[in-house]
Amino acid sequence: MRYEAVIGLEVHAQLLTKTKIFCTCSTAFGAPPNTNTCPVCLGFPGALPVLNREAAIMASKAALALGCKLNPVSIFARKNYFYPDLPKGYQISQFDRPLAEHGSITIGSNGSSKQVRIKRVHMEEDAGKSIHDGFADSSRYSYIDLNRSGTPLIEIVSEPDLHSPDETHDYLTRMKVILEYLEVCDGNMEEGSLRCDANVSVRLAGESKLGIKTELKNLNSFRFLKNALEYEISRQIQVLEEGGAVVQETRLWNTAEHRTVSMRSKEEAHDYRYFPEPDLPPLVIDNAWESEIRASMPELPDAKRARFISQYGLPEYDASVLTTSRALADFFEETVSLCQSAKAASNWIMGDLLRDLKEFNRTIGESPVRPRAIADLIRLIESGEISGKMGKDVFEAMFRERKSPQEVIAERGLKQITDLGTLERIIREIVAANAKTYEQYKSGKKAALGFFVGQVMKATQGQANPQLVNELLRKILDA
Amino acid sequence: MDPRELTIDQVRLLLDRGEASAVEICQAHLDCIAQRNPETRALLHQDAAAALEQAAQIDRLRKAGQPLPPLAGVPLVIKDNISIRGQRCTCGSKILENYQALYDATVIARLRAAGSLFVGKANMDEFAMGSSTENSAFFPTRNPHALDYVPGGSSGGSAAAVAAGMAVGALGSDTGGSIRQPASFCGVVGVKPTYGRVSRYGLVAFGSSLDQIGPLARTVKDAARLLGAIAGRDTHDATSATLAVPDYVAAIENPVKGLKVGLPRQYFKAGIAPEVTARIQAGLKLLEQLGCELVEVDLPHTEYAIACYYVVAMAEASSNLSRFDGVRYGLRVHGEGTLTGMYRETRDAGFGNEVKRRIILGTFVLSSGYYDAYYLKAQKVRTLIKQDFEKALAKADVIASPTSPTPPFRLGEKSSDPLAMYLSDIFTITANLAGIPGISLPCGRTSSGLPIGLQLLGKHFDECTLLRLGHAFEIAGGFALN
Repeated sequence: MRYEAVIGLEVHAQLLTKTKIFCTCSTAFGAPPNTNTCPVCLGFPGALPVLNREAAIMASKAALALGCKLNPVSIFARKNYFYPDLPKGYQISQFDRPLAEHGSITIGSNGSSKQVRIKRVHMEEDAGKSIHDGFADSSRYSYIDLNRSGTPLIEIVSEPDLHSPDETHDYLTRMKVILEYLEVCDGNMEEGSLRCDANVSVRLAGESKLGIKTELKNLNSFRFLKNALEYEISRQIQVLEEGGAVVQETRLWNTAEHRTVSMRSKEEAHDYRYFPEPDLPPLVIDNAWESEIRASMPELPDAKRARFISQYGLPEYDASVLTTSRALADFFEETVSLCQSAKAASNWIMGDLLRDLKEFNRTIGESPVRPRAIADLIRLIESGEISGKMGKDVFEAMFRERKSPQEVIAERGLKQITDLGTLERIIREIVAANAKTYEQYKSGKKAALGFFVGQVMKATQGQANPQLVNELLRKILDA
Repeated sequence: MDPRELTIDQVRLLLDRGEASAVEICQAHLDCIAQRNPETRALLHQDAAAALEQAAQIDRLRKAGQPLPPLAGVPLVIKDNISIRGQRCTCGSKILENYQALYDATVIARLRAAGSLFVGKANMDEFAMGSSTENSAFFPTRNPHALDYVPGGSSGGSAAAVAAGMAVGALGSDTGGSIRQPASFCGVVGVKPTYGRVSRYGLVAFGSSLDQIGPLARTVKDAARLLGAIAGRDTHDATSATLAVPDYVAAIENPVKGLKVGLPRQYFKAGIAPEVTARIQAGLKLLEQLGCELVEVDLPHTEYAIACYYVVAMAEASSNLSRFDGVRYGLRVHGEGTLTGMYRETRDAGFGNEVKRRIILGTFVLSSGYYDAYYLKAQKVRTLIKQDFEKALAKADVIASPTSPTPPFRLGEKSSDPLAMYLSDIFTITANLAGIPGISLPCGRTSSGLPIGLQLLGKHFDECTLLRLGHAFEIAGGFALN
């Protein structure tokens, strides 16, 4: 490949505080427009911001989990621009001295992992929402909902260390998982609680100088992010191939047309006139407070994955899948604690459970099958009460009918047939009824064994213990 | 009862002795307003019914034999950039002409709880930008001592109202001298507290790192009472200090003998009107007679103060005034139906020339490519000026100077020369840059009877010494009413 893409990501994550960053209004989603508001978040004359301590704690947790160093003193700054959904005419953000700097996220898998450096993490307030469509007079007016105004955000800025849409996808996924683990952000890109902009440039492979970049906006899902990056990288390559030069500008991903379109040029870029916010004293996080914040942080995905491998002897793949969310990892651990069979638990959860959850569009928290039920199912199989194959059917019923495995087994009379006398009688009947196949077996066609096993299972509606059937068949056929 | 001579203590005596009801006291002030406001135009608007209802509540408490709160029945005038719930809060600007405040400023909530009555909202230079109250978008206020003269500014309406007897006291705001200079011009006491001493919540911001609300009164003791009522930590203002509020009224009785009064050599150079120099020299002599020691102090960065101040104040103002965009409240001019048209025409129609000038200058000094040369440099100078004061106030307990280099001037005399107007702030702006407290005290009059003010500046959070020396000074000089 002649060209290399260089990508940096700016991620905005809404923090899950109960109240807004500079006032005590609720951050609840979905309230009637402009009801979660007060003089502060409406930008009324004379109102002043006061920092929500919880927001500072959540932001710090995120920064620490992303490997950043917290600045002992960080400074809020005003970012000045006019827009109707920005009530004060400026956004309170951080500029010169952000909350934290110099972190990283490891992407890729063991074989080919790499570090993506994080330049900075800073705190800021969200703006309101402008609503341009959906009203009778939308052709003449826009409406504004300021419920979101003042919702706490962190902005996480990466260094330009990403070189493909896949890497970028991986980076954002891992960040999302980390934020979810910390319970500081719900990671919902569709609802806008996690948003990202990407800076993209291309250069000849081997070149060390960065190319001219464009900034991509409106990347509201993982799919859009990947599509937009793919499009933009090939667009830039084409421009260069045709002897042109990439124009530094902001481009918007147009979902409908499946392309990026120019939004504003470098010349039209805002001069935000940042200056230190005089209404807020610097945020001071001393060692004691930092330790307290660290102590309140949960085990993070990388550590948990490593522990699942060492503690439960899981393959790396299993450990990776099971740690994609804290809820899933907790579900797994609870299951193991009830049945003591880690690999079996992993198989059931990764296989049947995740498949059914996906099919029914449920989260792990909404799973109708709880760890206790899976543990019971595993024990029933291990004790030989039902076969593994029967277990599959039992699980399906457990999931769809919200029943315990014991209930399903009892209702359907699914007990495994382990009585030797019964099985031997059935086998002899089948062998007698299939004399021709018996002859073939006897003349050396050992594959006929499978036919007899199938017939026995059919005759017992799958309830025969397969191991016993195999043993008995051999004994009878080879006699 | 002559409202011009009432103090807070006397209001209390009248109530306690049953010589007047709170409603009667309130009505006397409303009458005074009716009589004096048409000529001075100190007030922009008032809610007499609300004030009388507040007074009636005090009277109900009295009848029920309940204890009265500390400022019961004390009529006050409030500068029209401080929010009183349900009343207009215009900031002297067309852009907020019909804006009604949604909430009480913290100082108003505290004064309300202390039992005081709000008899009117005072005229001011638009958004507190000016030194004469001529920049009010509605009309200029006139000096009650001489109607052809300005009352100073920007809290000119507050100072004029107190001087004319429309209220026992007033609140103003001081970003670069806006309490002290009009106090000086109107012959009343004005206190600019230490930055952070009084909550700014509900004060419409001009220069957020410089603004402080403070009292104006006819005596130092009244100013001390009012300051005590409004000062203290407020959880709605992150810049308000957590320090406990001392008993200012008790503090004023302490002796002043032996206090060191610093005279900055840079302040007593040319450029001060002769009559001002004469009255201030007499005032300094009086301080010596009170047992104070005059010492020379050095404020070497004084010459950069005005430039520094205007860069900082305008930068902050340009940002603070961005919220007046016609979207949520106040004036909206639709323009040609575009968003930028609405912004442009709303702000063009809503803001006066001085405000526009400062927004433009403030926007410029924060612009990319100019920030370092202007805003950042001004911040560095500000630090140097702060250090100047720290050193000077290590040698002296207070620093004395004229409040203004000139006596009150005539209406229109300086309004065409903004730079001359800015330069007249030289003695007051440094306190805002340094964050230290200041007081302006009546210090005699010119031959034509115009008031002159002496300014004392003190250490951070040492309002006590300023009030204590001011109290002794006004009694010794016969400047106080009693």
